Amino acid sequence: CAMSYVGGEPVETSDMQWCFSQVKGAIDDDVAEADIISTVEFNHTGKLLATGDKGGRVVIFQQEIENKNQPQFRSEYNVYSTFQSHEPEFDYLKSLEIEEKINKIRWLPQKNAAQFLLSTNDKTIKLWKISERDKRPEGYNLKEEDGCYKDPNTITSLRVPVLIPMDLMVEASPRRVFANAHTYHINSISVNSDNETYLSADDLRINLWHLEITDRSFNIVDIKPANMEELTEVITAAEFHPHQCNTFVYSSSKGTIRLCDMRASALCDKHSKLFEEPEDPSNRSFFSEIISSISDVKFSHNGRYMMTRDYLSVKIWDLNMENRPVETYQVHEYLRSKLCSLYENDCIFDKFECCWNGNDSVVMTGSYNNFFRMFDRGQRRDVTLEASRENSKPMQVLKPRKVCAGGKRKKDEISVDSLDFNKKILHTAWHPQDNIIAVATTNNLYIFQDKVN
Amino acid sequence: MEVNVEARRILAVSISKLYASRTQRGGLRLHRSLLLSLVMRSARDIYHSSRESEESTGAHSAPEEPMDTSSSPGEQTRLSEAQHEPQPALNSAELAPEEPDNADDCCDRDTTEDKENLSPVKQSRKRRGKASAAPDFLPSKRARLEPGEERYAAPLGSCRAGAGESLTTLSLNRVIPAF
Repeated sequence: CAMSYVGGEPVETSDMQWCFSQVKGAIDDDVAEADIISTVEFNHTGKLLATGDKGGRVVIFQQEIENKNQPQFRSEYNVYSTFQSHEPEFDYLKSLEIEEKINKIRWLPQKNAAQFLLSTNDKTIKLWKISERDKRPEGYNLKEEDGCYKDPNTITSLRVPVLIPMDLMVEASPRRVFANAHTYHINSISVNSDNETYLSADDLRINLWHLEITDRSFNIVDIKPANMEELTEVITAAEFHPHQCNTFVYSSSKGTIRLCDMRASALCDKHSKLFEEPEDPSNRSFFSEIISSISDVKFSHNGRYMMTRDYLSVKIWDLNMENRPVETYQVHEYLRSKLCSLYENDCIFDKFECCWNGNDSVVMTGSYNNFFRMFDRGQRRDVTLEASRENSKPMQVLKPRKVCAGGKRKKDEISVDSLDFNKKILHTAWHPQDNIIAVATTNNLYIFQDKVN
Repeated sequence: MEVNVEARRILAVSISKLYASRTQRGGLRLHRSLLLSLVMRSARDIYHSSRESEESTGAHSAPEEPMDTSSSPGEQTRLSEAQHEPQPALNSAELAPEEPDNADDCCDRDTTEDKENLSPVKQSRKRRGKASAAPDFLPSKRARLEPGEERYAAPLGSCRAGAGESLTTLSLNRVIPAF
């Protein structure tokens, strides 16, 4: 392991070697639209991994207890629970269908035996309770085993029912439904560190909810102009600070991030801080505005930095410096000259997410051709890896990939024109404590692990 | 010149995307519509400013369409107002051969075939005559009808009612107030 210094603090960054661990989902090349993965999220311990799909389904995987005999195999993730979170709905007033696609899942920190998560589609957020049942009562006085009521005349004695073990059953039940608070399409939800409230953001508004209260929410940000014809920007993502329960940020389609303090006023239309980097005039094109739109914003675990993703890059911002990011990483700069084609095939509208590793030393984001990128902040190194069935032998080490932007293509390099733009990795997640990552291709979930030395 | 061709192509592509998004499941996406309108605005500005510099002989005294190069909101409103005016008579003989098969063809289009620039008719701010004929980069397909909708008879003399309709319905800022 190597030591490096990030932000003045020593962090351990090792020469990570990523190995294939598992892949979930159909092998079929013919992808059913409902199976397209739309969100991936580890819970706070990393033991549970949730995915949401376009069909409104949530699948939760659980990490099985480590196999002590084979320590090089960290435990596997197996299906723990599957449930239908959202169904398609119809808004009769606007004559619009409301998609059941799960836009985001966020776990609540665990308070008791049950697990709770929030899942949202475009309009409605739901709080789901996932609980285990491994015992069932037996020996009722009035009922038979199958539930039929006994003839009272046959009951001659009284007994106390006993709980007997049964096969583990995992039940998911909707505990709260937070509906009718969003006119526009919800893009983010974020649980507050106070564990009592959460925010939901759509294109123009952000609402604050209490987890117990479904019939009311507070509007804390509203950027809707009086005249919609004057609309110039929309909210693209929002997140609460990991430790400060009064602080949240939201990003915009113009590439700006606003940090707001809820103590300042009830309506946080005035930001406390505005993070914006001046545009490089040499990069101006028809599509400058589209590619500067931020698709994701994530606080670092330590709460000192935040990361933003726009179409071509990942930027790390120090919360104390508003005028420019402290680090900028190019994800796929070779696409800059292809923006017109990417506009035509709609890829330029793709919304990539990004994530931090547990100690904030490495960040990760997806790209095309089922490539994903990792940027080691301490060692100033980056790597491109691929999630594919071809590299799916157990514990197979992933070979770094390289895209050839132009000129002579070296062996093992892939040229920009050969990239498959239908194979995009939009959603990735990093285990909060371990070097295990979940990478979603269109309809498959890949789990990779760092080779344990 | 190349910029002009590029701008026209981008405008054509953008308009098709706007059309397609109307029938998208889940309704019009505000973010996407906004980004499309921003691209269209840039492309349109460049298209018109390059056309103006082409016609610097002064044959056209004013921008031929209400969509002029400055993109302030006030002028956008005028745009939508202007588009509500009835389509005036068009010269069908000149326009008919213009109809492109699809948006892609416009890139190969020679400027000499650009009938709009041939006419020395004085252009006014209102849509009239050849100026209001839909530019050749608009898709020739007509808007798909929702169930129950009827296609109304085209205004007299307008053989490109479909395309004209599309310009009417596609005011850049109209995209947003749809919400």
